[in-house]
Amino acid sequence: MSCHIMKWLRIACLIPALTLVASAHADALSEAAGNYRIEPSSRIAFHVGQIAGGGIDGNFAQFHGTFSIDGGDVGRSKVDITLLPASVRAREKRVENFLRSDAVFDVENFPEITFRSTSVTRTGESSALIDGVLTARGKTRKAQFQASVSDRSRRRIVFHVQGKVLRSPYGMDVGTPIYSNVVEFDMVLQGLRG
Amino acid sequence: MLRNGNETFGLVTILFHWIIALLFIGQLVLGVTTQWVHSMALQFVLIQWHKSFGFLLLGLSILRLAWAGTQTRPRAVATLGKVERFAAWVVQSLLYLLLLALPMAGWALVSSSTLDVPSFAFNLVIIPDLPLVRSEAGENFWRGAHLWLAYGTAALVAGHMGAALRHHFWVGDNVLKRMLRPSRELDEPWR
Repeated sequence: MSCHIMKWLRIACLIPALTLVASAHADALSEAAGNYRIEPSSRIAFHVGQIAGGGIDGNFAQFHGTFSIDGGDVGRSKVDITLLPASVRAREKRVENFLRSDAVFDVENFPEITFRSTSVTRTGESSALIDGVLTARGKTRKAQFQASVSDRSRRRIVFHVQGKVLRSPYGMDVGTPIYSNVVEFDMVLQGLRG
Repeated sequence: MLRNGNETFGLVTILFHWIIALLFIGQLVLGVTTQWVHSMALQFVLIQWHKSFGFLLLGLSILRLAWAGTQTRPRAVATLGKVERFAAWVVQSLLYLLLLALPMAGWALVSSSTLDVPSFAFNLVIIPDLPLVRSEAGENFWRGAHLWLAYGTAALVAGHMGAALRHHFWVGDNVLKRMLRPSRELDEPWR
């Protein structure tokens, strides 16, 4: 008898847990509604291909930003990121210095690169297309990134963000065509509620 | 006209000589300039031009050596003494050798550099790297070799030019003239 009760209790306990998992899959973005601060443990990496294979890989160590997810209308969500190109990290010092110099980022005159979203379009259960404006080296151009939720808990959400940006509109086309005009961004943005 | 005679240089030899001479002097100026410019973007561009012309110079030097192998070597001009003939032969042989070794050292420098910048000659042809291990030590070694070979070649070129000018203006023979244009006349010892 007691054995039966225990069994029922276990099942009863499982039901709410299962419901939560199901709803998370159904609408991860709406449920994650709120304001988030991008944590320093995030990673903003990039790759620029080169003509004979391989290329330049790097990342930015310093950045800050926020994003908000609109529960009612995901399309009204917003993201705002600022990164410091002086904090660029690459394979070796010479490459970093080259990237910081006026050949590429010109960090002395333009210490910040910013991205501000203008619209968010939902593309799936936990993914969205983010359109916005990217400002670098004093030039502002449209840019588009794909974002998808890769992890989520009550207080935090992790997005995997990818996008391709052309260098030439920003006056950063040094090295083309040996190095590709396309910068492939690959980011893991960890947001903490707050 | 195209081929060397017993006393004269043919058009092909003359063209090889002056094109390679021009390329070498241009490369010397370009190579030194890359170390002096402040703009890193301009430096990158100049180094790529230097590499492109370097591969052209290497290709032409190989062809020139192959061509020289099929040609008779014109007799030395009669005004040259025994020692001078020997000195000229040594300098000219070394120049043939250095104009291969110098661009090869540049190629080795590119191939051993940890920067791993591909060689895309004149933005037209991908030149593969030599099979060398990329390391800071290797890169430094080949940079030194390239630099000293360049200085050495420049010194020999200066001597070679000085000797040619001395013969033209001081001795007044046709040592320089016969490298300026192909001639049908067999031998015109001096003016």
